Amino acid sequence: MFSNPDLQKLVFGRLSLEDIPYHEPILQVTFAMVALGGLVVLGAITYYRFWGPLWRDWLTSVDHKKIGVMYIVLAFVMLLRGFADALMMRAQQAVAFGANEGYLPPHHYDQIFTAHGVIMIFFVAMPFVTGLMNYVVPLQIGARDVAFPFLNNFSFWMTVSGAMTIMASLFVGEFARTGWLAYPPLSGADMSPGVGVDYYIWALQIAGIGTLLSGINLIATIVKMRAPGMTMMKLPIFVWTSLCTNVLITAAFPILTAVLALLSMDRYVGTHFFTNDLGGNPMMYFNLIWIWGHPEVYILILPAFGIFSEVTSTFSGKRLFGYASMVYATVVITILSYLVWLHHFFTMGSGADVNSFFGITTMIISIPTGAKIFNWLFTMYRGRIRFELPMMWTVSFMVTFTIGGMTGVLLAVPPADFVLHNSLFLIAHFHNVIIGGVLFGSFAGVTYWFPKAFGFKLDPFWGKMSFWFWTVGFYFAFMPLYVLGLMGVTRRANHFDDPSLQIWFVIAAFGAVLILLGILSMIVQFVVSIRNREALRDLTGDPWNGRTLEWSTASPPPDYNFAFTPVIHDLDAWSDMKKRGYERPLKGYKPIHMPKNTATGVILGVVSIGFSFAMIWYIWWLAAATFATMFLVTVIHTFNYNREFYIPAADVVRAEGQRTSVMAGRA
Amino acid sequence: MARSASPSRPPARTAARLLRGLCAVSLSGLLAGCNLVVMQPSGDVALQQRNLVLASVGLMLLIVLPVIALTLIFAWRYRATNESAPYDPDWHHSTQLEVVIWTAPLLIIIALGALTWISTHTLDPFRALRRIDSSRPVAAGVKPLAVEVVALDWKWLFFYPEYGIATVNELAAPVDRPIDFKITASSVMNAFYVPALAGMIYAMPGMQTQLHAVINKPGEYAGLSSHYSGTGFSRMTFKFHGLDDAGFDAWVAKAKAQGSDLTREDYLKLEKPSEAEPVKYYKSVADGLFDTIVNMCAVPGKMCMSEMMTIDAKGGAGKDSTENRERLRYDNRHIEQGDEAPGATAPASGRTPHGQEQPQGMKPDGNNPHVHENGTKPENQMPAPERDSVAPSQLNNK
Amino acid sequence: MHTDTAPPGTEAPAFYLDEDHAHESSTMLGFWMYLMSDCLIFAVLFATYGVLGRNYAAGPSPRDLFELPLVALNTSMLLLSSITYGFAMLEMEKDNVRTMQVWLAITGLFGACFIGIELYEFAHLIHEGATPQRSAFLSSFFALVGTHGLHVSLGIVWLIVLMVQTAQKGLIVENKRRLMCLSMFWHFLDVVWIGVFTFVYLMGVLQ
Repeated sequence: MFSNPDLQKLVFGRLSLEDIPYHEPILQVTFAMVALGGLVVLGAITYYRFWGPLWRDWLTSVDHKKIGVMYIVLAFVMLLRGFADALMMRAQQAVAFGANEGYLPPHHYDQIFTAHGVIMIFFVAMPFVTGLMNYVVPLQIGARDVAFPFLNNFSFWMTVSGAMTIMASLFVGEFARTGWLAYPPLSGADMSPGVGVDYYIWALQIAGIGTLLSGINLIATIVKMRAPGMTMMKLPIFVWTSLCTNVLITAAFPILTAVLALLSMDRYVGTHFFTNDLGGNPMMYFNLIWIWGHPEVYILILPAFGIFSEVTSTFSGKRLFGYASMVYATVVITILSYLVWLHHFFTMGSGADVNSFFGITTMIISIPTGAKIFNWLFTMYRGRIRFELPMMWTVSFMVTFTIGGMTGVLLAVPPADFVLHNSLFLIAHFHNVIIGGVLFGSFAGVTYWFPKAFGFKLDPFWGKMSFWFWTVGFYFAFMPLYVLGLMGVTRRANHFDDPSLQIWFVIAAFGAVLILLGILSMIVQFVVSIRNREALRDLTGDPWNGRTLEWSTASPPPDYNFAFTPVIHDLDAWSDMKKRGYERPLKGYKPIHMPKNTATGVILGVVSIGFSFAMIWYIWWLAAATFATMFLVTVIHTFNYNREFYIPAADVVRAEGQRTSVMAGRA
Repeated sequence: MARSASPSRPPARTAARLLRGLCAVSLSGLLAGCNLVVMQPSGDVALQQRNLVLASVGLMLLIVLPVIALTLIFAWRYRATNESAPYDPDWHHSTQLEVVIWTAPLLIIIALGALTWISTHTLDPFRALRRIDSSRPVAAGVKPLAVEVVALDWKWLFFYPEYGIATVNELAAPVDRPIDFKITASSVMNAFYVPALAGMIYAMPGMQTQLHAVINKPGEYAGLSSHYSGTGFSRMTFKFHGLDDAGFDAWVAKAKAQGSDLTREDYLKLEKPSEAEPVKYYKSVADGLFDTIVNMCAVPGKMCMSEMMTIDAKGGAGKDSTENRERLRYDNRHIEQGDEAPGATAPASGRTPHGQEQPQGMKPDGNNPHVHENGTKPENQMPAPERDSVAPSQLNNK
Repeated sequence: MHTDTAPPGTEAPAFYLDEDHAHESSTMLGFWMYLMSDCLIFAVLFATYGVLGRNYAAGPSPRDLFELPLVALNTSMLLLSSITYGFAMLEMEKDNVRTMQVWLAITGLFGACFIGIELYEFAHLIHEGATPQRSAFLSSFFALVGTHGLHVSLGIVWLIVLMVQTAQKGLIVENKRRLMCLSMFWHFLDVVWIGVFTFVYLMGVLQ
């Protein structure tokens, strides 16, 4: 670009035209697809003149409901990317035998499995659970928003910024080839030069800060903003699991931040934390990253447990069996999740005493988890189970998760782990619990709360199609991996010599195709539901005969959630209100104090993408400029004291009056 | 524990057969040789581990099967359309039931925990073997076969200190003689794993792990790296031969006859990244080579880690010791020698992003004919770091 | 457990509040949680120093490098700044904006002296060849002490911003809350520094 290499280095850092893979067919197709999708979305927004509302009502919104929905949209979009990676891996492993090298060279395949893991955990599972918690928790505790509405918006944009950073690695440079936890010494400056690991570090660092802040935010919300009368033992169970999850986030993500910062110092400054030489210690990274990483697993699964609890109780038409023991089980899991991290590397040779200690603590976690499963079972017992879609996901979860839990406990036995660690058995295990638990839970949650968010149900036919494709596809895709693990096949290989393995990989690939059909059905489900929304409309605000407060307000809820703050007398407050003939107040509306929208979060998010890009490519002037911008924007934001406003009483009267007439029209 | 750990007992074996049968039946004979090597190992350690897997699964099935069955039964019986089933919307607590649902998993975990504690100690890979198989203890005075294992970028180097030989990508051991593996790696982490022989253990640079094992049946077994280590990882496999005593002696003799010498210089050449290395034998090995590899001082002029640790234990070498830093830099030798690092990405790899060109050390193949050789693309050559710079070398790239 | 359930049919209690339900501010709780999470970052850095702190890589050790008198001076700067911040808070309680700002300025000056001395120490170390790249011990030393220094610098900037804001708006509720938060932050950094001083410097030199 420039004839003077020094000038080029000054302006573009280590970035040059050669780093854009415009001549690689796979990337051309990907780029075309992303560009086409993007154009369709942009075109639609323009056509429907949606730019103004998009900016005013969504991007700059501090409303927890809007932010929750945006998190879930992000999760679905990233699910498509992560799943495309999965399909590519399945296709490669199904064909790459003997003389056939497959279509992915190792240095490309390695990036794909790394990106798949990172995206699925950080940008699919996390946004799903964060989005659902954001949407549901304030409604369930009778609050009008979260404790720090601006911070919530900022957290969301940090997550988006991390996701965009990872997406950028597709089209500019390359992604890490280290596996999703970027273990040193392989991820260090000397073994992984280039931008790959830097993309990894900055994407996670920025998204991680967002997650940490949103964790603090939700804890403060749950602790401080519950409706009067809602004591801790009257909290809806989903709020309990959210509370525990956010405690885990607050206590685990700083460790991720710190360990990634140390790794970046190794890479940028040349320090020796995790190098082989000059006194560094790579094993310390294993310990630190898993002290974050194991709680992370429970961060994902606890909200899913909460969703299943709500769904089981609602669709069984019964109060949750053993509420108190469910709460204690959740708390015990929260605490124990910090005492098990070493089970991820028994094979490092820590010695028998250490290994068996961590093995046994791991097994102990299965006791409260088992108790939870029994609690769901006995909630179904003597119930009237309506097999709506969320309940179907729940039953599928209970079977699938039990199997995954069993193989998990098996892996917690150190000598058994010696033969199964890093094998495809391990891969099958954690997909078994993450798909069967977190993903099925998120799908159950999305289907369950969708009518609350949009005022109409999702189309049941395509939902059921998607359910069956996912469930059956899951078993086809992962049961063969258990078998392959027992055949001594390790993970992350892109080529095999033994032809007798191939059939199992082909079955697994077939399973992946079934899951693809499941995802497509899900997309069709959304399209069909939106088109038939009038037929699927719910006017009551309570389509499932729900039990908790979110069903007591309109669907979609007004900006202020509740015109009057509810008073809680019993667990399952809404069910209690219905049982005792509550009356919806029809007059006496007052102006409602609400937070104002702000563009600060979006601006910071966009600038932070620029910052991470500049850091990744060593464009120091841009890094300094973007950092200074972020700093200034933050400081300027603190000079804005005018952050709240009142919804006038007249507006409340109008909105509530409309709901009154709608409900009367129904009756 | 003792019950299930004994391989001659029928339940474990039957279960293994059952599993094998299941595996075959599920594909209705499509699959001729479904070799579940982890379930049918040939070494006593792996066999005990297999038995442990079966025992643990058995214990857990005691609770898992009823749970799955109850889930399906309750889901069916209490479906909304079944009006005949009882409906009790206010029933949400039962102390007896709560006690049962906490106690049942607790009992299983107590049993499994005991099993874990005992088996983790008996099967500690660092502990010398007590038995050759379930019926034969290790005879007094039997010296285990010492094998020193080095995971290189992307091949395995085995030293036999007793015999003075070394091999690449081929391992052999006499049947029924305990083997004492000492394991390390040259640049990044790997895991040493022969599924038929014993569980895996990490191979880590600058560190030495240990594994005790024994092979009970003669045969040829697959060995591999089971911890991802960069570009050539998929082909980082080797063959492990279980041989009778005569066969092993013959194998040693063959290595001596066919092999060349392994000097330090040869080792440094061998250490450069390469994949699918053919089997190689060395009839002699430079003195203390394995020790210098563990201590990361195989490169001439480098200070050994052991020396560094001795100095550190005495309180360091004071302020005037800057020259020690260069002597202890070890990770940067890839770049210093112009070799591609195992995890290099654009732009430091010198290849176009996501390109079809193979990294250095990879073999060319039909799909991906190009191999990135040193010096083929001078404009993208990784520059050697400036000597006086403290920053990592990639800072100086481009 | 849930004995307070009234049997159906009895008169329903009030299910909604007539009055506007104002929540007490969550800022203090939220900021506490932020501090605890920050504390965890320091915990990781301390642990790292604990693991790597003796790995001198045949290089200089704490005894060769640290000058306790200088560090003691530095420590006193930070401790004094905490005291003066306390005085500022007392003035805030009395609503004396001017005096409070004077105390804040003194606090900021002490903080700046602390940073200055630390930078001098770092420059001195680097000049002697004891760079963060020299050994794992020095890497973890610079990371721990440097992160603390970065926090203090950030605290100084925040302090200046708050001085401007109190000058503009006076001691309104928001500003008082912010001053309280900064106060917690400042004292927190003091506590961390006592850990650094003991664990890194004292134990390093006296071992």
